[in-house]
Amino acid sequence: MMLDGLYQEIILDHYKHPHGRGLRDPFDGEAHHVNPTCGDEITVRVSADFSDISYDGLGCSISQASASVLHELLRGRDADEIAGIHEAFVTLMQGRGQVEPDEDVLGDAVAFAGVAKFPARVKCALLPWMAFKDAAARAGVDVGAAPEVKA
Amino acid sequence: MTFDVARVRADFPILSREVNGHPLVYLDSANTSQKPRQVLEVMREHNERHNGNVSRSVHTLGTEATSAYEEARGKIAAFVGATNPDEIVFTKNSTEAINLVAHSLGRHLSLKPGDEVVISEMEHHSNIVPWQLLCERTGATLRWFGVTDDGRLDESALESLINERTKIVSLVHMSNTLGTINDVAAIAERARSFGALVMLDCSQSVPHLPVDVRTLGADFIAFTGHKMLGPTGIGVLWGRYELLAEMPPFLAGGSMIETVTMARTTYAPPPARFEAGTPPIAEAIGLGAAVDYLNALGMDAVHRHEQDITSYALKVLADVPGVRLFGPTTPEGRGGTLSFDVDGVHPHDVGQVLDALGVEVRVGHHCAKPVCARFGVPAMTRASFYLYTTTDEIDALARGLDQVRKVFA
Ligand SMILES: Cc1ncc(COP(=O)(O)O)c(C=O)c1O
Repeated sequence: MMLDGLYQEIILDHYKHPHGRGLRDPFDGEAHHVNPTCGDEITVRVSADFSDISYDGLGCSISQASASVLHELLRGRDADEIAGIHEAFVTLMQGRGQVEPDEDVLGDAVAFAGVAKFPARVKCALLPWMAFKDAAARAGVDVGAAPEVKA
Repeated sequence: MTFDVARVRADFPILSREVNGHPLVYLDSANTSQKPRQVLEVMREHNERHNGNVSRSVHTLGTEATSAYEEARGKIAAFVGATNPDEIVFTKNSTEAINLVAHSLGRHLSLKPGDEVVISEMEHHSNIVPWQLLCERTGATLRWFGVTDDGRLDESALESLINERTKIVSLVHMSNTLGTINDVAAIAERARSFGALVMLDCSQSVPHLPVDVRTLGADFIAFTGHKMLGPTGIGVLWGRYELLAEMPPFLAGGSMIETVTMARTTYAPPPARFEAGTPPIAEAIGLGAAVDYLNALGMDAVHRHEQDITSYALKVLADVPGVRLFGPTTPEGRGGTLSFDVDGVHPHDVGQVLDALGVEVRVGHHCAKPVCARFGVPAMTRASFYLYTTTDEIDALARGLDQVRKVFA
């Protein structure tokens, strides 16, 4: 089935067994994002030093797995590293399947390479990342000017 | 005469295509319907042979275009039982038709604080937001009927909801989410007893069942061409002529005037008053052809076929583990639009797996977020049927749902 590219095992694993899910205190910035076309929602909280990134949401496997991967990948890193990973992920998702992901930078997030070939689902994958960026900004940390999302 | 679905399908070129290596199973007609060859050909013929602007040319092409456009108006009037074709206003879609009434009727009635507009929780956003805006502009109050657990309009509050303050009642005739067909006779009668006017959003009913404005109890109805085998870009407002004749214009410009001076303008009578600018001419003619197609089959037969398919689908879905239906569980008082939840799987994922198997359903909130909220879900999966839907396609849906459960087990 041509879905193999979309529903990688890693994605289904993160969806069924999310890492770090649930909103936690204390935090310095919080953002709530909604995808108005499908109603998916996510809330992300960050501490200014990124020692914790917590989240909760409602949505499809892609958006929820993406939040779990984000938690794993970004928690405990410094702002520069985070900006680099964030940019790499956004570039991958906007690459229409033409971008070769770097596993050293993106870790489990490379599993989302296939999602980039499904334009209707790119927004799902990006939802937690955009909420994270806003939450970080509210915590006073700029994690880089990610380009506007065009999906 | 039995309904020959195979013959019907042969008229729809798109139904023979494949999607992702599987035969197309199109279960999204509530969103937009497919178009038969007959409609496509009439539109092509118009553009190739008769194209001219309407109502403003003495030349042959303009005259041919005008008479085809007005002939379409006549067909559509007859299709919904309107005795006067001038009660048919062409719009862009249902949404524009409802906005037209919200603006023009709102002004005609001089709505003000203390007045009430009544809708329901079952509406498509296009029958909610125009009334919210009208109430914001005028200070009138918006009120609404609720929905029962089994997806019917909750009429228990009828007496308090519709009262001497009620000016406009606007309800969906058939829900695009729950499939419920609302019998609005009691509501319309009570509204009339207080002098309130009644609009029905017939976007989902006119395509699928016989609708006759003479017995419906409404003062206005809206419907949209692309859901009834016609093209996009054309919709219809039917209104009682006396009311249309009293209402001020909505959009302004060419074709809607009687005379214009630099100081002031007087307006054409309906329907021209409400058709400012060059209308979607080929689309109106295409909609006329769609109506011809439906008439040739007979709306009773179309409706019966869909009732059969719906009964079958209700039975099949009831046997798929983990599927929870929203809306009436029996075919009585419902149409062929089935929204459901697959336990533990988000509708996006359901839709994606089904699409990989060529089964096209809609997922999301279906432009009816209050309905989703009423049933406590952010989104639903919806399969919707039409005159070309077969029991084999329902079986393909059921097989697809088995696959969904396998992927997300
Ligand atoms: C019940 C109902 N009302 C209104 C509409 C709006 O139709 P349109 O988008 O063609 O204006 C739809 C279709 O989406 C509908 O199902």
